[in-house]
Amino acid sequence: MLNIEQIRKDFPILERETSNGKRVIYLDSTATSQKPIQVIEAMNDYYRRSNANIHRGVHTLAEEATTLYEGARERIAKFINAASSREVIYTRNTTESINLVAYSWARTNLKAGDLVVLTEMEHHSNLVPWHMLQAERGIELEFIPVTENGLLDLTAYAALLTRSPKLVSFAHMSNVLGTINPAREIIRMAHEAGALALVDGAQSVPHLNVDVRELDADFYAFSAHKMCGPTGIGALYGKSSLLEAMPPFLGGGDMIKEVKLRSFRANSLPHKFEAGTPAIAEAIGFGAAVDYLKAIGMDNIAAHEHEITEYALERLEEIPGVKLFGPDANHKGGVAAFTLEGIHPHDVAQILDQDGIAVRAGHHCAQPLHEKFGIPATSRASFYLYSTKDEVDLLVNGLYKVKKMFG
Amino acid sequence: MDDLYREVIIEHYKNPSYRGKLDPHDISFADNNPLCGDHIQIDLRVNADGVVTDARFDGHGCAISQASADLLLESIIGKSLEEVKKLNKDSVLELLGIDLGPVRLKCALLSLKVLKAGVYGLGEASDDLVE
Repeated sequence: MLNIEQIRKDFPILERETSNGKRVIYLDSTATSQKPIQVIEAMNDYYRRSNANIHRGVHTLAEEATTLYEGARERIAKFINAASSREVIYTRNTTESINLVAYSWARTNLKAGDLVVLTEMEHHSNLVPWHMLQAERGIELEFIPVTENGLLDLTAYAALLTRSPKLVSFAHMSNVLGTINPAREIIRMAHEAGALALVDGAQSVPHLNVDVRELDADFYAFSAHKMCGPTGIGALYGKSSLLEAMPPFLGGGDMIKEVKLRSFRANSLPHKFEAGTPAIAEAIGFGAAVDYLKAIGMDNIAAHEHEITEYALERLEEIPGVKLFGPDANHKGGVAAFTLEGIHPHDVAQILDQDGIAVRAGHHCAQPLHEKFGIPATSRASFYLYSTKDEVDLLVNGLYKVKKMFG
Repeated sequence: MDDLYREVIIEHYKNPSYRGKLDPHDISFADNNPLCGDHIQIDLRVNADGVVTDARFDGHGCAISQASADLLLESIIGKSLEEVKKLNKDSVLELLGIDLGPVRLKCALLSLKVLKAGVYGLGEASDDLVE
């Protein structure tokens, strides 16, 4: 069990009030999580004490900065149980990680007519890079359907696999439905059909114990900012055999071994994919976030979120006019997307905000999924290690207030 | 912020006077707010002097977007197209009688964007129209 009171003290922002004197009730962690003081201070310390550019300098500060930057990578690699830190590429975020695979691996290995399998519940970040490649290369795209209760239809998936796709790319956990997809099974099936598997882990790494080797993922993408870390940094895990064979993504400093006027030789992993001065402070913050989550324990965090989610779904269901999307609490993470009959989600979010309650309204960068369910938008409340049942109660009271206003 | 949902806004949202379509019409244009999926179509009838004689909107969206469409159409009937072209962000905020943050401003200004794109006969509505 988590000591929530203690945990909440680590997040200074949870103490603040909105302009009308309401305490912030933050139910939007799926968009971005809040940051504990340990992460904020790690980045602060770097700028106060160790700021220098990495990998090149021989002076004290450059040595320190490099050690901190690479040390964070090692801890991030351990956190997802990568075989080596060489398999962890720093990127800006999950989106950039997926784009890296689409530009470097896919543009080398896919040709017109090759099939990439995605799902109907993907975030735009795992759709648009493939749309772009389709326009450029003439690859084909197919989608694993989502069932009425928000799960992937694995029978339809098996049928798609008979068409010998080259790549299967899917979200481990849906940012709208909250569905936790059976990643190991999906990857095993992909491999049996001769396809590689890329996993969008933006929502899973922050909330679940993720072991990339146990999953046997070929590529696994995630962002720091959804897991108590800063914005501007994320990671792409890739099996070293694949990464070694891939051409660089962006060209520039730090990704080279040698440059001549008319040619270059690429650096070794992971630096081959990290051109230019990276987000050093953010990488260090990322490392601190991983330390923070590890100290609390991912299993403890997942158990706490399960308890809150179960309670939230139960309470939301009681409200007349509320329609919830996605599977039951046993198949999902801490996300509750819903509509309130006759009231636009933007109005719901705005009125809740007057009581300091932060939820997200819109299509949450998953427009095709909303179209599938025949709705333009949903309101979404999401939970993390610092969320409490009291906050769920305040959300429920707020929704009754919304109903009264539009009643 | 507390008066964001002023009675006038809720009233125009629930019981709009100008919801519907005009057939025939002289001008018709539609657009979406990609942020939240709000959709608005506006039809206008214009007489020989270039004066708006009737107007209707259709679509779906939040209370702010729908109420501002209703208030906007109410305000332009009897006005010339030249006058309509001069409308801007402040005209809409004045009609709504509220102040809005950058996100909700897009909801409020969708109808003006659609209206002006139609009046100017543009292929696509752009944000410059409502600056």
